[in-house]
Amino acid sequence: MNVNQSAPPVPPFGQPQPVYPGYHQSSYGGQPGSTAAPTPYGAYNGPVPGYQQTPPPGMSRAPPSSGAPPASTAQAPGGQAAYGQFGQGDVQNGPSSTVQMQRLPGSQPFGSAPLVPVVSQPAVLQPYGPPPTSAQVTAQLAGMHISGAVAPVPPTSGLGYGPPTSLASASGSFPNSGLYGSYPQGQAQGHPGAQPPQRSVLPQASSFTPSASGGPRMPSMTGPLLPGQSFGGPPVSQPNHISSPPPQALTPGTQMSGPPGPPPPMHSSQQPGYQLQQNGSFGPARGPQPNYGSPYPGTATFGSQPGPPQPLPPKRLDPDAIPSPQLNELPPQQKTRHRIDPDAIPSPIQVIEDDRNNRGSEPFITGVRGQVPPLVTTNFLVKDQGNASPRYIRCTSYNIPCTSDMAKQAQVPLAAVIKPLARLPPEEASPYVVDHGESGPLRCNRCKAYMCPFMQFIEGGRRFQCCFCSCINDVPPQYFQHLDHTGKRVDAYDRPELSLGSYEFLATVDYCKNNKFPSPPAFIFMIDVSYNAIRSGLVRLLCEELKSLLDFLPREGGAEESAVRVGFVTYNKVLHFYNVKSSLAQPQMMVVSDVGDMFVPLLDGFLVNVNESRTVITSLLDQIPEMFADTRETETVFAPVIQAGMEALKAAECAGKLFLFHTSLPIAEAPGKLKNRDDRKLINTDKEKTLFQPQTGAYQTLAKECVAQGCCVDLFLFPNQYVDVATLSVVPQLTGGSVYKYACFQVENDQERFLSDLRRDVQKVVGFDAVMRVRTSTGIRAVDFFGAFYMSNTTDVELAGLDGDKTVTVEFKHDDRLNEESGALLQCALLYTSCAGQRRLRIHNLALNCCTQLADLYRNCETDTLINYMAKFAYRGVLNSPVKTVRDTLITQCAQILACYRKNCASPSSAGQLILPECMKLLPVYLNCVLKSDVLQPGAEVTTDDRAYVRLLVTSMDVAETNVFFYPRLLPLTKSPIENTTEPSAVRASEERLSNGDIYLLENGLNLFLWVGASVQQGVVQSLFGVSSFSQITSGLSVLPVLDNLLSKKVRGLIDGLRAQRSRYMKLIVVKQEDKLEMLFKHFLVEDKSLSGGASYVDFLCHMHKEIRQLLS
Amino acid sequence: MATYLEFIQQNEERDGVRFSWNVWPSSRLEATRMVVPLACLLTPLKERPDLPPVQYEPVLCSRPTCKAILNPLCQVDYRARLWACNFCFQRNQFPPAYAGISEVNQPAELMPQFSTIEYVIQRGPQSPLIFLYVVDTCLEEDDLQALKESLQMSLSLLPPDSLVGLITFGRMVQVHELSCEGISKSYVFRGTKDLTAKQIQDMLGLTKPAVPVQPARPAQPHEQPFVSSRFLQPVHKIDMNLTDLLGELQRDPWPVPQGKRPLRSTGVAVSIAVGLLEGTFPNTGARIMLFMGGPPTQGPGMVVGDELKVPIRSWHDIEKDNARFMKKATKHYEMLANRAAANGHCIDIYACALDQTGLLEMKCCTNLTGGYMVMGDSFNTSLFKQTFQRIFSKDFNGHFRMAFGATLEVKTSRELKIAGAIGPCVSLNVKGPCVSENELGVGGTSQWKICGLDPTSTLGIYFEVVSQHNAPIPQGGRGAVQFVTHYQHSSTQRRIRVTTVARNWADAQSQLKHIEAAFDQEAAAVLMARLGVFRAESEEGPDVLRWLDRQLIRLCQKFGQYNKEDPTSFRLSDSFSLYPQFMFHLRRSPFLQVFNNSPDESSCYRHHFARQDLTQSLIMIQPILYSYSFHGPPEPVLLDSSSILPDRILLMDTFFQIVIYLGETIAQWQKAGYQDMPEYENFKHLLQAPLDDAQEILQARFPMPRYINTEHGGSQARFLLSKVNPSQTHNNLYAWGQETGAPILTDDVSLQVFMDHLKKLGCLQRLLRADVSSRRKKALSVLCSRWSIPA
Repeated sequence: MNVNQSAPPVPPFGQPQPVYPGYHQSSYGGQPGSTAAPTPYGAYNGPVPGYQQTPPPGMSRAPPSSGAPPASTAQAPGGQAAYGQFGQGDVQNGPSSTVQMQRLPGSQPFGSAPLVPVVSQPAVLQPYGPPPTSAQVTAQLAGMHISGAVAPVPPTSGLGYGPPTSLASASGSFPNSGLYGSYPQGQAQGHPGAQPPQRSVLPQASSFTPSASGGPRMPSMTGPLLPGQSFGGPPVSQPNHISSPPPQALTPGTQMSGPPGPPPPMHSSQQPGYQLQQNGSFGPARGPQPNYGSPYPGTATFGSQPGPPQPLPPKRLDPDAIPSPQLNELPPQQKTRHRIDPDAIPSPIQVIEDDRNNRGSEPFITGVRGQVPPLVTTNFLVKDQGNASPRYIRCTSYNIPCTSDMAKQAQVPLAAVIKPLARLPPEEASPYVVDHGESGPLRCNRCKAYMCPFMQFIEGGRRFQCCFCSCINDVPPQYFQHLDHTGKRVDAYDRPELSLGSYEFLATVDYCKNNKFPSPPAFIFMIDVSYNAIRSGLVRLLCEELKSLLDFLPREGGAEESAVRVGFVTYNKVLHFYNVKSSLAQPQMMVVSDVGDMFVPLLDGFLVNVNESRTVITSLLDQIPEMFADTRETETVFAPVIQAGMEALKAAECAGKLFLFHTSLPIAEAPGKLKNRDDRKLINTDKEKTLFQPQTGAYQTLAKECVAQGCCVDLFLFPNQYVDVATLSVVPQLTGGSVYKYACFQVENDQERFLSDLRRDVQKVVGFDAVMRVRTSTGIRAVDFFGAFYMSNTTDVELAGLDGDKTVTVEFKHDDRLNEESGALLQCALLYTSCAGQRRLRIHNLALNCCTQLADLYRNCETDTLINYMAKFAYRGVLNSPVKTVRDTLITQCAQILACYRKNCASPSSAGQLILPECMKLLPVYLNCVLKSDVLQPGAEVTTDDRAYVRLLVTSMDVAETNVFFYPRLLPLTKSPIENTTEPSAVRASEERLSNGDIYLLENGLNLFLWVGASVQQGVVQSLFGVSSFSQITSGLSVLPVLDNLLSKKVRGLIDGLRAQRSRYMKLIVVKQEDKLEMLFKHFLVEDKSLSGGASYVDFLCHMHKEIRQLLS
Repeated sequence: MATYLEFIQQNEERDGVRFSWNVWPSSRLEATRMVVPLACLLTPLKERPDLPPVQYEPVLCSRPTCKAILNPLCQVDYRARLWACNFCFQRNQFPPAYAGISEVNQPAELMPQFSTIEYVIQRGPQSPLIFLYVVDTCLEEDDLQALKESLQMSLSLLPPDSLVGLITFGRMVQVHELSCEGISKSYVFRGTKDLTAKQIQDMLGLTKPAVPVQPARPAQPHEQPFVSSRFLQPVHKIDMNLTDLLGELQRDPWPVPQGKRPLRSTGVAVSIAVGLLEGTFPNTGARIMLFMGGPPTQGPGMVVGDELKVPIRSWHDIEKDNARFMKKATKHYEMLANRAAANGHCIDIYACALDQTGLLEMKCCTNLTGGYMVMGDSFNTSLFKQTFQRIFSKDFNGHFRMAFGATLEVKTSRELKIAGAIGPCVSLNVKGPCVSENELGVGGTSQWKICGLDPTSTLGIYFEVVSQHNAPIPQGGRGAVQFVTHYQHSSTQRRIRVTTVARNWADAQSQLKHIEAAFDQEAAAVLMARLGVFRAESEEGPDVLRWLDRQLIRLCQKFGQYNKEDPTSFRLSDSFSLYPQFMFHLRRSPFLQVFNNSPDESSCYRHHFARQDLTQSLIMIQPILYSYSFHGPPEPVLLDSSSILPDRILLMDTFFQIVIYLGETIAQWQKAGYQDMPEYENFKHLLQAPLDDAQEILQARFPMPRYINTEHGGSQARFLLSKVNPSQTHNNLYAWGQETGAPILTDDVSLQVFMDHLKKLGCLQRLLRADVSSRRKKALSVLCSRWSIPA
């Protein structure tokens, strides 16, 4: 990008703007539908359409393509050839030329060369997808020449605009143009960006060329290559979209506002470039122009440099809109300079779709070393052939640099996200359990690694060489087996530990605490019965639910009944233990008021088997709400409660889990007493970090004790006000527990969500008293760990409890040179107690490639995993550093990664080009989402507790969860025919993608919104909400009425389906367009500028580009 | 008045008072020369079926420092409607209610036969009786079961409106909430942590309810006579509930590893019991009944660690200062006892275990509060069961034979001062003109608190004559003492019993004979014994014995009649004749001898000795021995080895034990089964006779004595052999030529030897005395001051 610099450019913009506005407006306002839309499109789609619809645009676009001479030229030659290359999966980015070449080809194929290029950009991104191996998206933002360019720019814009009109016409011709107006269409049709992805054919590289040559960039867009392929695909999609142009047109207007926001700075410096980009991305500019204004300011957000460029008035956008048309006809360059077309920049949706299409159909076979698995958003089956399934382990890169120098250069974090007890789809078998009898699992004598498929048997099978430390060990006689001619043990396929990536060993008594086999774990339910809990109806609800829930305690395999024992405690300022021994006629309550020195008052009868004590338990659960119905106690304690649970488990000599249901800040006189220290004034100061730190060290100490006892704590919070989540969550966090928060809990509204979470939490399979250790082959070493656990030394991850949702992210560093041939091995061993009380070892092995070429590294990265790591890293960082520092660090690191790529792998091209590695083309957008998240950039409505809570959640999220959490899924519900039962494909999370005639569902794993456009057909409203008009829909509704019609069923089915995918129940919130709740909803439209100052995607991309350029120079 | 003996007996029956001297030496000097101090045994609540309480309030002397109560000794001016206080000589108006008073129309309190009179106070709220059970759950299953049954049984004996509470303890302490329906609730406390009363009350949630209740109280004092607490509920309300609760009591569930004692948090349990009552019913009569089956092994008040290999302290350890926990534990329980006493609550200890249970450390709980101490082997014995049942025995009016929260106030005429009291009481530290500076027992006060009383509870009260040697004997004057006992009757009434007694003064020099004749040697023996035992609590055993010996010798010197240098001529008058013998047996008694007794046993014996009345005390000092034979009706015989004959059956009553001993021949006959043969029915009757008599004693005795049936050569015969005077031992067996009894294997001196030495000393010392009289005076005063042991 030519984000560079200068304010000067700005002014020019400003000027154009006025013009533009008129322009746009006319186009827009006048003819929302075709004409107006087209224009913007033009810029945008122009190319796109061209792309897809090659012919018409072609003509008009041609110029642009030419405009971007370099690209085009290059392309021309490269053309298909490049393609070919791509296909091969080479990493071509290296040579910028190639890249372009490729693109060119793409464009050529398109037929309409010019258009193509434009299209290509987007296309590039996506199309490449398939061959992804090499795929590199080079977003070339035609680096506008800042100063120089600037001056000229304005005119260009002007020109551009002019053209737009023409474009308009063009657009007119194209359906796309119409689409433009309506983003959705846009995507489908024109938005080249969008389409290309679909094409996905050659995703290799997408280059945005915002540079002065603006035009060129377009070409660079590589899209071209794709076009050919993509064409096929996209067109199809387009049609659909097309169908509803008119409404779309409207929407664009509104939406427009959002996107345009793009970073003013950008404009200023590279106006030209911008426009170019805009062409692609400009979309935003279009309608919204007015809006723009507002969004713009927001741009400032960039972590570090809000300043410079901003001056631009939002209105400029207009130009963008215009540009598109212009672009087509006029000098595409200009367009590029003006703005980036959102559709031209890498689209997460497209990437996801492509991956789904390309890799969803065949099972992923883990036999090959260093193979990058499909994205987490893709449904695929895994066949374990020696490496752990990606469901268990995902790495940031499957190709590790051989030397630390390389690694340092690339700055790509080497990390693995490990989910040792991940749940598998029913089609995949859970790991085999291997019983080696009394001798226990076979291990390397030196490094203690467990027998795995990578161990090398030698000397006819009498010995084996450890693949981790190269130590040569004797094979015990009972384990001896002959080798076949390939040096493989004859029984290799009979033994899971020799043929699979994941398996379990039965542990011997040596692996048990105190050398005693563990007893089955216990669950202790600890219920706050203070006034708040009673009043909100929580206690009654919970007790009622527990009665039935106790039948579904986790059980192992085919066991008839769960071995888990249960106990009950209620508390306010004091604790009440219950003796529910089966021989009693009535439960007995034992009150412990000595909270200062907690202890467990009873042994026998506290932890009981549910079936044996059922009547007593039922009686207890019946009576608890009654007993405390009149309570006036408002104070609660907290630390003593955990302590009590822990002591109870200690007394019973078992591991277990505490379920705490807590409502308020523990202010009663007791250890762990907290005070309200919420202070919003601290935000954005150096002291902000204290908000994330626990108030007192007491909880750490307590957590340590809990871990030692294998006592995992799950915390359900029902706060009406500040409860200091940061402190209360210390113990759950360190013991591998979960925290659930239901602010302002009310039975009517939150019942479903709470109960559903509770059921899931109680029923889920948990490993207790676990120790996880990650061993690596010589050369790299696990150095850092993120997640919910406790570490008393530097290697062992201690988890009082670990369930199938909890993830540990491990970072590796070099401590030696790696060997390309032998690769790098990871072995994650988890020693745990199953819910039936069996001690087991679960082993996951993963082999990675090593490389001496940086290109290999960049070709085998996984952005989702990377984001997972970076988010966790940043979220931990806020504990110790000011948030701003953390944000800057993230941005810098990201810039370094991309700059390194640009420098070492991408083909030489103008500095103005933003070239992204194919595998990381979403890195900027995702990273921006991380930066905008509540933790790193809180909005005014985000409470301190919320931030702490989110921080906590993210810490143990797996890749799929972080993916959707940071980039929510936005699903249009009424776009596709009702009969279509498949999940609608998502649209990008941006306001401009919403059309007010549709209904959308947005989910991020925690929240679920149903957004209803203001002009949705009455019929739809009727069939979904059972009311006759939009205005009668209750805003904030959380349950859809059960209506017997196709749409209602489908939507509800979809919602249920989404909920089933997530580990936490997402409460539905119905948001009406223009309603005050919409603010909340908009917060999740992460490609837009956020109210709290988060940058829009486009702005951020520009910013990133600028950073990279700075690094490169 | 016939003889002093009758006089004494009559006085005892009427007033429950026995003085060591019934004619008082008129000067301080003379009094000190009498050796045995002027003192009395007072049984404040002696049962007087013939004495109906009067339903009005006593008339008090108006002088604020006096406030004596109108009594038959007061001079009354019927015309002027005035009466003169016989203690301070203040003249007082009769209150208006006495307007109709005249010589012929006297109120009861002026009649001589009402020297003891009881008033019922109508004012003030009636307080319920409170029984708080504190139950050890670290028991064997049988024991616990038996205890549970006893407790359940006791519920039926309690008055329906009395309040009960339950605390159980083992490793933890549980305070059971009795009011709740459905779920039974209890508050649990860690057994290792000492808590202040405030903490306990906070934790039990007792601090809050006090606020709303207080304002309501003055308004309807009778509707709501007491603050009801969740932990203390009227029996009639929660009878069933509590019965079930007791039924469900489980043994302490915490595992006891091999080689360990169960962890028993007795110290904390008592502390909580005291704190609970303190918070809810201060100054209301209440009884904390602690049932324990072993020593406290953890927390404050622990007596022994939980390692079985470390035995509980013995006298040997204590002498060697080797009892690790004793001092701390004692301090803990003393603190509790004082708190309980201050609030008028008494603490009973029922300790049933084969080994010691720490009574030594805990004795103050009972001793200071007037509680009972019962020691048994198991809760599953009749000893415990019947003892426990007897606590709830009722008098002829159907009221419990127990009273609560009493204060005893003693007033004396000017010539006397109060030196102290020994008995189940604590000082209220009320100084006054009649309080002596020299203390005997618990002194320095004229009022004592006695939290738990029964009709036999007896205090020894010691006086000092203060009138100077040269002062004239008050003309026709008699020294007077008034005992005023405020207490809560078991019918929940507040009552005041007033006993006013007077004795003549006599000049010791001119009227020594009178004084001598009026000596009550039984009372004196018991009073001296109490002093001795009191000292023994804090002094080494031998010192006490030496002191007793010295006192005895001095008494003999003073009152013996002999020719100079001729021990054989030594004689004591009738009124002194038994005294040396009492002292002889006292020296051998378990109250002063710890040999063969565990510290716990000693504590228990001393506890009972300090509260029983004169008769029982004498039995304790010198057990009674009856002999049954074909030669005649049963007869009391000398407590002497010579009484052990083959053809006799002996019945010994030591208060703590009842021993039936079959002589050698009798035992053989019994073995031969003669009693089953019809022709030897008389033998059967002979065998039965002591059993019946023993049964009779058992019926009347509290606590239940240990009942021992043994025979010649039986192992249990040691109980008898250790008590009898070893007139025949293995040392002198053959010197006696004639075989008349059983030889005792002991090195103890016999009564005979003791008396011989006494006679010698009695004569000898007399000689020296004149020369050193002045120095002796000093020594004496020093001695006196040594008696004063701060309460």
